[in-house]
Amino acid sequence: MDLRRSMLFIPGNNPGMLQNGGVFGADSVILDLEDAVAPMEKDAARFLVAQALRTVDYGASETVVRINPLDTFAAVDIKAIVPCCPDAILVPKVESAADIHQVAAMIAAAEKPDQAPVKIIALLETPCGIVEAYHIAKADPRVVALALGAEDYTAGLGAMRTKEGTEIFTARTIVINAAAAANVQSIDTPYTDANDEEGLLTDTQLAKRLGFKGKLSINPRQIDVIHTVFNPSLNDIDWAQQVIQAIRKAEAEGSGVASLNGKMVDLPIVNRAERILHLAELLGLMGGEK
Amino acid sequence: MKNAIGREIPETISGIAAIKPFAGAFATSPKMTRQAPKVKTIKPTDRKLVDNLVEVFKKIPVTDGMTLSFHHHFRNGDGVVNMVLATAAQLGLKNLTVALSSVFPVHAPIIEQVKNGVVTGLDTNYMSGPVAQAVSKGLFSKPVVLRTHGGRGRAIECGQLKIDVAFIAAPAADEYGNLNGVEGPAACGSLGYAFPDAQYADYVVAVTDYIGEYPLSPISIPQTRVDYVVKVECVGDPKGIVSGTTRITKDPVGLKIAETAAKVIQATGLIKNGFAFQTGAGGASLATAAFVRKMMEKDEVVGSFALGGITGYMVDMLESGLFKKLMDVQGFDLEAIRSLSTNPNHLEIGADFYASPFNAGCAVNQLDVVILGATEMDTDFNVNVVTGSDGVIMGGSGGHADAAAGAKVTIIVANLLRGRLPIIVDKVLTATTPGETIDVLVTERGVAVNPLRADLKEKFLAAGLPVKDIQELKQLAEKIAGAPKAVKTGEKIVAVVEYRDGTIIDVVRQVEG
Repeated sequence: MDLRRSMLFIPGNNPGMLQNGGVFGADSVILDLEDAVAPMEKDAARFLVAQALRTVDYGASETVVRINPLDTFAAVDIKAIVPCCPDAILVPKVESAADIHQVAAMIAAAEKPDQAPVKIIALLETPCGIVEAYHIAKADPRVVALALGAEDYTAGLGAMRTKEGTEIFTARTIVINAAAAANVQSIDTPYTDANDEEGLLTDTQLAKRLGFKGKLSINPRQIDVIHTVFNPSLNDIDWAQQVIQAIRKAEAEGSGVASLNGKMVDLPIVNRAERILHLAELLGLMGGEK
Repeated sequence: MKNAIGREIPETISGIAAIKPFAGAFATSPKMTRQAPKVKTIKPTDRKLVDNLVEVFKKIPVTDGMTLSFHHHFRNGDGVVNMVLATAAQLGLKNLTVALSSVFPVHAPIIEQVKNGVVTGLDTNYMSGPVAQAVSKGLFSKPVVLRTHGGRGRAIECGQLKIDVAFIAAPAADEYGNLNGVEGPAACGSLGYAFPDAQYADYVVAVTDYIGEYPLSPISIPQTRVDYVVKVECVGDPKGIVSGTTRITKDPVGLKIAETAAKVIQATGLIKNGFAFQTGAGGASLATAAFVRKMMEKDEVVGSFALGGITGYMVDMLESGLFKKLMDVQGFDLEAIRSLSTNPNHLEIGADFYASPFNAGCAVNQLDVVILGATEMDTDFNVNVVTGSDGVIMGGSGGHADAAAGAKVTIIVANLLRGRLPIIVDKVLTATTPGETIDVLVTERGVAVNPLRADLKEKFLAAGLPVKDIQELKQLAEKIAGAPKAVKTGEKIVAVVEYRDGTIIDVVRQVEG
């Protein structure tokens, strides 16, 4: 399971941030060639990001590069970036499976023979992209996640962007459902007010409840809060351990049906408990030796 | 000869009295009695108010070869040092020693006074700007003495820094010599660094631009120690003296370091009722306070006191009930001044009370945790806060070595890479604070624990903190930035770095140019 609780944007034209991107503990760093970079600086940023991928140690963070949209510099970006072995490419403004086919073909053409396949994360940030979410997720085996970009999306709707996010509720659930149906991850839109920690907490808790597996982040200060929300709580871990014990006990007793605190433990519950324990183990939250 | 941390110290240094090498942070004990200033009397009809500096110079009289002392509470807004030295030059005085607790860019005119022979000695705890650069290039013929804030207090008390005349810049005075720092246009807050000067100088002159009604209240420095009061047009520029607000850094790397430092403090187990804390006013230090504050609030901890340079942030913690007291030797902003003048739990303390090692107990000894910075640190945990990467003097210990010696846990917060240079080196260019008093280094890429503190290392590992060997951190930095070439210095000793107990911990040599 690839952990993408937090995916942190790092401006591709900021050498200091590119050098330090690995120190913040984000599950993924997204070296950004798109919105963070002014048109005049695209060339310089592309060069910097390529160098950073070759030389900077991002530690445990997955390296993702957000390229420019297909109708601008996507082709140049892919050609320059893919041979530097990023883990994934974040493609902005994806609107159809055809977009993904095009990107996948360009990536395949740019990859070196011995290189691990570069993954694709599709950023859905237009009404069309939301409508096509499932087909986009299924378009190519390289696609590992759908991410929601709510700022452009609400602009496309002509809706007012609010902190509560009622205007993006539908889009959120569509993305989550499409991703789940296609067996890829769903990543929530960033919370754009870096100074509002309370707001970030509420928004991230909502994202987790709805089913997102992680959240985009525009500031390193947000990472701790995001991780706290997406990490299984001690209660979660406790519950999951009890579920597994109950099912083992039932198996040992030769009973087909297990129950915990009077509630039946069926397969979906076991699956959920296993997911929690797997995540807890991955994050070293299980106690005992670390 | 080599001192206890292996620094080469000459047996004799021209212009410096007997050299005692640093022997260990607590290895040297005093064998002396305190300095005794002149006993005075004045008649009931005598007045202390003097029209101008020339007159006061003549009354004392100030003569060739004297030591004149000053405090640095006006920081880069100070007008008094330059004014007094200009008067000395006007009167044709020569060979004076300036004992100014810190030197700022505004004090650049000192350079001219050295060139024309008015000033031949400098005794300070910190210097930055043109004077520091000129000192590094060999401005003085005898070395500058660099002390710590507590060490200066000690040197004054013990008569090693004998002050003939203390010129005390006073934001407010009355005509009979009571002084405070909380009123008047140049209000600066605490006058703590001038307390030892006022106690032990042969003559004390208050220089002010604000005369209040007698008796002035509150009284920071009392009439019993002040011989003359000189009213001048303006003692300093408020813009250089205080800042409106002190902001917490927004730099993500600085915040990452601060957050890790706070977790380190939490892991020591010292964040509990009675917690005593000191942190600096800048960068990651203040941000650490913000993260510590959150932890205190969450666990409903009420600390005992915060110490040192006081900012509005600390005042807010006092007023929010997170600390019971503030001990203020120096205020940094308007909030610190307001609080000092209105809150009885905000205490004004002197440099000796704050940090002198040779008295019956100073405040740093009561600290649980201090957060400090560093320009360089070596693999023995010795810290340099005096010279920069080019070998030029750009700071000084101030209270660094004092607080490090006193606190239960001393934490250095620093970027592993400063610009393109690793912070960790094999041997610091100038040692100012001995490694035995430094417990932890916190960087954005890991935490190094002094091997003397295996107890802490165990706690940090148990808390899941990113503990790394200091060699490992050094290699990590060098992998990114390469190993810097050693700075080339000349032979001439331009400054001696005195440890707080009066021993010599290092010397600073001239740089080219």
